[in-house]
Amino acid sequence: MGGLEEEKHARYIVSVEKKKDDFEALVIEHLRMNGAYWGLTTLDLLNKIGAIDVDAVVSWVMECQDKDCGGFAGNLGHDPHLLYTISAVQILALLDRLDVLDIEKVSDYVAGLQNEDGSFSGDMWGEIDTRFSYCAICCLSLLGRLSKINVEKAVNFIVSCKNLDGGFGSIPGGESHAGQIFCCVGALAITGSLHHVDRDLLGWWLCERQCKDGGLNGRPEKLADVCYSWWVLSSLIMIDRVHWIDKEKLTRFILNCQDKDNGGISDRPDNAVDVFHTYFGVAGLSLMEYPGLKTIDPAYALPVDVVNRIFFRK
Amino acid sequence: MPSSDDEVDRVPLSARPEWSDVRPVPQDDGPNPVAPIAYRDDFRETMDYFRAVYLADERSRRALDLTTEAIGMNPGNYTVWHFRRVVLESLNADLHEERDFLDRMTMRNAKNYQIWHHRRWLAEKLGPEVANKELEFSKNILDLDAKNYHAWSHRQWVLQSLGGWENELGYCCMLLEDDIFNNSAWNQRYFVITRSPLLGGLQAMRDSEVGYTTEAILANPLNESPWRYLRGLYKGDTSQLISDNRVSELCLKVLKTSNSCQFALSLLLDLLCYGFQPSEELRAVVEALRNSEQDTVSSKLATTVCLILEITDPMRSNYWAWRRNNLPSQVC
Repeated sequence: MGGLEEEKHARYIVSVEKKKDDFEALVIEHLRMNGAYWGLTTLDLLNKIGAIDVDAVVSWVMECQDKDCGGFAGNLGHDPHLLYTISAVQILALLDRLDVLDIEKVSDYVAGLQNEDGSFSGDMWGEIDTRFSYCAICCLSLLGRLSKINVEKAVNFIVSCKNLDGGFGSIPGGESHAGQIFCCVGALAITGSLHHVDRDLLGWWLCERQCKDGGLNGRPEKLADVCYSWWVLSSLIMIDRVHWIDKEKLTRFILNCQDKDNGGISDRPDNAVDVFHTYFGVAGLSLMEYPGLKTIDPAYALPVDVVNRIFFRK
Repeated sequence: MPSSDDEVDRVPLSARPEWSDVRPVPQDDGPNPVAPIAYRDDFRETMDYFRAVYLADERSRRALDLTTEAIGMNPGNYTVWHFRRVVLESLNADLHEERDFLDRMTMRNAKNYQIWHHRRWLAEKLGPEVANKELEFSKNILDLDAKNYHAWSHRQWVLQSLGGWENELGYCCMLLEDDIFNNSAWNQRYFVITRSPLLGGLQAMRDSEVGYTTEAILANPLNESPWRYLRGLYKGDTSQLISDNRVSELCLKVLKTSNSCQFALSLLLDLLCYGFQPSEELRAVVEALRNSEQDTVSSKLATTVCLILEITDPMRSNYWAWRRNNLPSQVC
């Protein structure tokens, strides 16, 4: 069946934004900060980030910062939002250029989005979701400024989103969903609060995500999708239960989702590829220690050497 | 596929007299664009004009209409939605009209975060008078995709913020009749019985819910959701769980008819771990499921259950082996 097409995926990522009249390019313009994070992190995992013009990337990232509030937008000319602020900080961490940041300014922006109940809004418009709890906590941790928020309240809000199946939803009472579980478990891991997780119960729920085709779904009775290779897997690793899934079958599922001619990975076999799924497929393989890939940190979603560089430097 | 209402006969903005005073602002990718994104011409033009009004902070009717066009082309563009809200507030626009626009947009883009958030913003402004309309609307979306996570989040928010609990349990019943495997509907059912101010809470509802769930399981034993729901009804009260005969009877019934149903075996395993004493009949039924090739015989029923699961659910054999090696010492 063959292995991972590293060269082709790297070339796919580098070329993706040069496609003309590609509708996909049009609709992702506003989230290019996320796209850049997915693309660059994948290149680093593939050990192919050397060719990147770091200065150009850094200067574009900084141009996306709102000079007043300090948050980052998805692209030039857009409004700031937590989703893009975390990606911007992750990109700068990846490229070892966090020194360009006014750390107080960025972290004040993030901390300012915490609500009374400990939850986080995505931006000034007030949407609340545990995704934003993760974005805020991960971002502030990378910047060494977790003390700017009320960590106890943040944790309490996340715990209030815990369901009886051991999983987590986007809001209290929300259905357990692997993506939200990653966000909550990641946030709890970063804040040293994993004791709130029933590891055995959640581990079982997570390993039940593995379908007959070896892929992982995000909720009961849904189809497998490569992106869950990240969300389910990273959650399992953080709670030390990854040996409960069949890694070999999952690996084969991910590899089957590759476009072996043009590069890139899709959500399931024979579908169209995109950068999002390429990143999650490669990241999932990295979590399973696929040979030739850099190791990725399951909580920070950055290569381990990047995370070590940040925390050992402090 | 996003489209504006004008897409078929779209007149370029540069040719429209009402826009003749505006200089469009092109996307600034900087002197050395990292990787310039190629645009379709009409999209490029619309966004150039949007950038002009956004930078000028022009909160006019034509600006509102322009956001309608831009959203039609790319409903994921969150900056356009932000600006639209700013303009709507400045113009003191008719929010009921906005709701109608939003209904159409949501039907076409049911998994778009920006649209659902805008919907909530709108509903907050309109207040409890729209509670039933919002429930009706989310029902329309769920008719198309009964597991749409956004629709469910919105529905839960509406119930808690604006009310409308009266028919919610009935709605869950209806959805489960359509598709008993719908995990979202089971989750909502739990949401209703635990949080509805009109019902008595979990304790009061437990009895009837156990009955409902048992029937659902017997009809389709290989359905993950109701097994979890059943556990959820006891909410960590393990002594109640093991003393309620209906639960163990259910496991027995299912194992008699549905060979090695992993959910029944797994629940039985949990019951045993909580101290449940199995009947002879239950022991016999489980023993009969043992793979005859297995030479490991155990006096502990729980061990036998784990061994069966290691064979019948091989993908999770590590999990079942771990359970087997971590049984409480007094387990049957």
